This record gives sequence, structure tokens and C-alpha cells, in this order.
Amino acid sequence: MEYLPQIVFILMAGFFGFLIARRISRIAGNIKLGKKANLAKNDGQRLRNMLLIALGQKKMFRRVIPALLHLLIYVGFILINIEVLEIVIDGIAGTHRIFAPLLGNAYTVAINFFELLAVGVLFSCVVFLIRRNVLKINRFKKIEMVGWPALDANLILVIEVVLMAAILGMNGADQILQSRNADHYTKTGTFFFSAGMFGRLDALDTGTLILVERAAWWVHIVGIFAFALYVTYSKHLHIAMAFPNTYYGRIEPQGKMGNMEEITKEVKMMLGMPVEGDNTPSPEGMRFGARDVNDLSWKNLMDAYACTECGRCTAECPANLTGKKLSPRKIMMDTRDRLEEAGKNGLDDGKSLLGDYITKEEINACTNCNACVEACPVSISPLDIILQTRRYVVMEESGAPGSWNAMFQNVETNFAPWKFGVQDRFNWANELKENG
Amino acid sequence: MISEIQIPTVADLAAKGEKPEVLFWVGCAGSYDDRYKNVTKAFVKILNKVGVKFAVLGPEETCTGDPARRAGNEFLFQMQAIANIQVLNGYEIKKIVTACPHCFNTIKNEYPDLGGNYDVIHHSQFLQELIKEGRVRSKSGGTFKGKKITYHDSCFLGRANNVYAAPRTVLEALDAELVEMKRCRTKGLCCGAGGAQMFKDAEPGNKEINIERTEEALETKADTIAVACPFCMTMMSDGVKNKEKEDAVKVKDLAELIAESEGLD
Repeated sequence: MEYLPQIVFILMAGFFGFLIARRISRIAGNIKLGKKANLAKNDGQRLRNMLLIALGQKKMFRRVIPALLHLLIYVGFILINIEVLEIVIDGIAGTHRIFAPLLGNAYTVAINFFELLAVGVLFSCVVFLIRRNVLKINRFKKIEMVGWPALDANLILVIEVVLMAAILGMNGADQILQSRNADHYTKTGTFFFSAGMFGRLDALDTGTLILVERAAWWVHIVGIFAFALYVTYSKHLHIAMAFPNTYYGRIEPQGKMGNMEEITKEVKMMLGMPVEGDNTPSPEGMRFGARDVNDLSWKNLMDAYACTECGRCTAECPANLTGKKLSPRKIMMDTRDRLEEAGKNGLDDGKSLLGDYITKEEINACTNCNACVEACPVSISPLDIILQTRRYVVMEESGAPGSWNAMFQNVETNFAPWKFGVQDRFNWANELKENG
Repeated sequence: MISEIQIPTVADLAAKGEKPEVLFWVGCAGSYDDRYKNVTKAFVKILNKVGVKFAVLGPEETCTGDPARRAGNEFLFQMQAIANIQVLNGYEIKKIVTACPHCFNTIKNEYPDLGGNYDVIHHSQFLQELIKEGRVRSKSGGTFKGKKITYHDSCFLGRANNVYAAPRTVLEALDAELVEMKRCRTKGLCCGAGGAQMFKDAEPGNKEINIERTEEALETKADTIAVACPFCMTMMSDGVKNKEKEDAVKVKDLAELIAESEGLD
């Protein structure tokens, strides 16, 4: 019986570890459904981008108040997790605060610092809950946020509040037990925040207090494991995906559209020009543009998992601002939802990204202004997905709006997008010479 | 003055065994659009005045393919691009300047994948160079003294290519007061015409994008809305007309403003 808590702990950690590993491999498999991404080579620039944008939160600071609050949570979670190391060792070895005797005063300073961070996290989470549920912040109230996305956002914040409360409660109870010289409770010195917040636990008898301390300890650590699993199903996955996503983010000018090599080959063969490398015609049934997730690149799919639905893209999208259906955030959410579905049911389930999730009305409304791309704090490009679906609509369905077809025809016959005659192209020069 | 204007084509120069220092890529709007032709003319006057050895393709120029590509027609884009690259490479063109940010973006960023490698600059950058070198006198004439100008960032110049400073440097040379709109530079609001929207009606919504942007421009109380893109020119001019402010507020391209201050209009 003496080893029961340790056995339970190891089984619990193994259980969650297994589920998390299985989920990670599913996500990796889903991302690999994507096609090859043509990424410019410059590892140094990529590393710099990751350090600045993900680690350094550079683009978050385009909106200062949420950036500061977010920074509190971000720093808190990274640093407080150092303490989780001790909790895990204690859980496996059956010890209690194994680092306390080793570190002495430094331990007290460290835990006080973590408590300060925990209070910062609590504060930010409460403000974020108010921003999402009380204040009328437009980008949190868009139609794509109704239902699960809004609940997901609130759940994340509530779980974080519970985790922080548990760590502070655990420390608070621990100190009172220390003062009563309870067995196993190593002397650590005072933790100011938890002492202040949970001083009233002193009214409990020692037996109950041990129960409270143990309960808080278990809630905290099981909570962390469960939350880690939850994150892999949630928009909160950005805590991990922000790093690879900024690394593999675009380093070329944002205005550049990727070239379709398979079309270059066909056009060159049509014009009787030499084709480098493989000059066999493209196989029948090859699809131009994107209808479903497997027509997109793996970077587009990684983008979908990196999106935390903050809506900064949508808040700056000129189409969305003027009441059009297009929301760049919804493009990313749709891509992830479809990818999850296709990963589970297979790609041949009779559904597709374009049509069942994203509509032509949405992609047709895009002005290619790059505001969404510029606004994204983790280097996601909704625009890239929009452009690839447009290619499918035009080249596979001939489904462009009529006036675009007319424009295509003008370019083909008059070499200008308007219906002007080729012979009139240089008229301006005569006008200038004659009239100044 | 009138007879002095030189508009050589690359073919003219080639016949004499010469090559231009810089090719002026006029673009379809610059060639056909009545309003933007005035920008082409203003820029050519500036080129003539400072004595740059330039040339145009004239009848040999065709659409870069940008609107086709952005609408999704990659075939048509590549047909256009490859044909244009054959012409440009045939004339051994090295440097290109254009007054259209869409042409600028396409030739600079997208033609290299298809074998077209040139040093491409936008006319705002070209004018900035001329000002820096003192070939265009800054703060002259006082035509603009006491006037307020606001600059509308073109998406294909700004976010697409990070050109924010050049157009502003050009405007500062005018000795007018440059006032910024609430959304400017990286946060600049689109005029609504990019991504081939110029060539179709907007999707259903509750407002036209150019009206939203025009309202923001009018809030600055500027007398002039400066633009650096033919599509922005159309959208902002339409917006100002819609607000019945066309008598009080003018929409002008950078080249027109510089030409005015140089007494070339």
C-alpha cells in the first residue's frame, strides 16, 4: 500500500503519455497528407524569424494590451513548468519537494518567483475571460466563433485558472503543514503569495489539511497531463506549433505567388519551347489547384494546426470589415476541421474542403491585400489557401464569375484585361507629343 | 517643349544598336485608362526633363498576367509571362521601372521563376532616387506650401513588397504637410481592387471597401489623396466622387505631383 500513490502516478503519466503520443502521430500524419512545399532556403533567416516571432512574440505587439497579457501567460507557463519537473520526480520516487533540501534558499526564491508568475497568469486569464465574455470585442463575436470555438477558448482559460489555483493552494497548505511540523513536509521558508491567499486554511485540522494539500497536488499534476492531451485537440495547440510554423513561414516577399511547375511544362510544350528535365506530359487526372486538403501543401496544413483563432486576420480583412462572407480565420478553421475529418474518415468520404467547408463566395471576395498574412502572429497564410482554391475553380471547374471570364478573354485576345484594341496601346505617346 | 518630348521604343533604340538604361513598363492601365494615362505622361515628362536614357516597349508590351493569376488562371498567366519574358530577354533588358505596383510585383517576384530576371523598381523608388541625387529639385515652387496630402498605401507595394518609405520621401519633397490615415503602412486598408477585384463586382456585403477607405482619407482633411497605383487611383477617385468631394479633394499619383511641382504640367 505504501507504493500505491507512486504506482497510480506512473500509470496516470503512462496513460496520458500514450494518448498524447498517439494524437501527435495522428497530427503529423494529417500534415503529411499535404503536397511538397516549395520553401526558399535560408536557415539563418528562418531561425531568426522563429526566435523573433514565436519566442520573442514580435508580431503579438501590434496590439499592445493583449500582447502584454498574453506575455504574462506565456512566460508563466514556460517557467512554472520547471516546477513540474520536481513534481514528476516526487510522483515517481515518492518524495516530497525533492529539490528543497538541495537548493536551500534558492528554492524559496524560485518558488516565490513561480508564485508571482502564477498570479500573473491568473490575472491575465481573468482579464481574457472578461474580454471574451463581457466586453464586446468584435473579433471574438464572428459567426465562425459560435459553439465549440467559443467554448474551447473559455475552457482553456478556466483550466489555466484551476491549474494556477491548485499550485497556489498546494503551496499554501504545505506551509501551514510545515509550521505544524507535519511528517514529510520539508521546511522551505515562506511563499508570500500562497501564504497571503490561502492563510485561512489554518482553520483546518492537520489531517484535513494534508488531504487538501494532496488533492491540490494531484489536481495540479493530473490537470497538467490532461490539459496537455486536451491541447492537441484544441486551438491551444499553437503553444507548440507556433515554433515550427514561424520557422517554415514565408521569407520571400509576401506578394509573390508560387509558380505551378506542372503548368510551366505544359505552356512551354505548347509554345514549342525546350522543357528542362522531365518532358513527359502531366498524367491524366492530375488536379490543378486545391479542392481538398491533400491538394494543399503540408505548410498550409501546418498553418491550420498553428491557428489559435485569435482573429487578428479577420479584424484587418477589408472584405470582412465591409460585411462580406470571407473571414481568413474561418479559412484556417475550415482547413483544420476538414483535415481532421479526412484524417479520420479518409479523403474519399464524398466531401471536400472547397464546397463543403469553404464556398466560392468567400474566396471570390479576397482582394489579395495580405492584411491577414501581415496580421498573423505565427506566420500563417490564409491567402495562400484562397489562391489555390481559386486555381481549382478556374482551371478544373471553369467556375469563375462571368466578369472574370470576360477579363481572361480580353487578356487572351487583346493582351490587356480590358476590351481595348492592341493597336491603341501606344496611343498615349501620340497624345503626349501632340497635346503635351 | 511639345516637340521636344522623346518617347523612344526599345525597338527604335535596337535599330540604332542602342539599349536603354531603364525600360519604362507602362502597364495596361497606364496605356489605356484615361485617368492613368495622365500618370504615364507625367512620368515620361519627368524622365525627359532629367535626361534618363529610357525606352518603352510600346506596341510590344502586353499584360503581365497578374489579374489572370490572382483570379486563378495560372495557364493564362504563364502564357503572358513567358511571352513577355521572351520579348524582354530578346532586348536584353536589365532594369525596369513601372508605375503599377501589380506589374512591379509580378515582374520582380514572379518572373524569375519563369526565366525573367531583372532589376525592377517602382516609380516611387525611381522618383526617390532622383530626389536624393538632386535631379528633381525638392521643396521648389511652393505650389504645395500649406497643403495637406495623405498617402494611401498600395497593398502590392506595401505589405507585398515592403515599400513604405519611398512614396513618403517623394511626398515630403513637395513641401506639403504629409498627414497619415489611421490605418497606414503595414496596417493600411486596401482600396478594394486587388486580387482581380478590379475586374468584377464585389461580393454581397454592407459597404464597398473603397468607400470605407475614402472616408478614412477624408477624415484627415487632406486636400490631396496621393496614390501610387492605377487601381487605387480608380477606387479612391470613385470614392471621392461618391462622397461628392471631387471639387475639394483631388486624387493624384506621385508622378503627377512631382511633375506639377517641377512645372511640367
